[in-house]
Amino acid sequence: MVRVQNEDFDVGAEIAELRRDNARIGALACFVGLVRDLNEDDSVSEMSLEHYPGMTEKALAEIVAQARLRWEIADALVIHRIGTLKPTDQIVLVATTSAHRHEAFASCEFIMDYLKTQAPFWKKEQTAQGARWVDARESDDTARQRWNA
Amino acid sequence: MITLLYFARLRESFGISSEQAAPPAEIADIGALLEWLRSRGDAWQNELAPGKPVRVAVNQAMATNATPFAEGDEIALFPPVTGG
Repeated sequence: MVRVQNEDFDVGAEIAELRRDNARIGALACFVGLVRDLNEDDSVSEMSLEHYPGMTEKALAEIVAQARLRWEIADALVIHRIGTLKPTDQIVLVATTSAHRHEAFASCEFIMDYLKTQAPFWKKEQTAQGARWVDARESDDTARQRWNA
Repeated sequence: MITLLYFARLRESFGISSEQAAPPAEIADIGALLEWLRSRGDAWQNELAPGKPVRVAVNQAMATNATPFAEGDEIALFPPVTGG
């Protein structure tokens, strides 16, 4: 399941729902992305997240579908927030469930690496020097490309 | 007519988030469309200059310069994504 929302999310409640009543699940992996107060040596007081409604949901669903082709996962959940966020706020949740840990760990990391480079979200930071769009990182492309090896 | 959408830095530089456009009939792929938009000059020429990392989606699927488009398509231009 994929959700794009302004509201915060409760990791515990989301995970409980994801694995509820499914005794076939032996592993659950979860990643939570958070807003930091520092980027490229500048303090960040606030961040706004913009996205491309419609394409975002399609791109995330496609990434989850790709993960399902690679690993036997029982379920996957992606929640990404948009709007104005502050340091320590939660931005993104990726959780995957499977029978064994390897599939859960790997699919969770795969989804996150693809999300970083394929899903149409853009961050704008508010710093002491003014507002600026966050630049894409080459290290994120490298992280995604290793899955093609 | 096609629908053009602009996001993030491009939206701010162009001063619009969307427009209806009618490029000449011989402009049939993304490479030619970008060239046509560059001919508007100023921010268009700067932001869409060859070598600038602009991403394009046609009907919400990632495209390349060789991707064709047709009447009624939704074409989005944006910088490399930075979510997560």
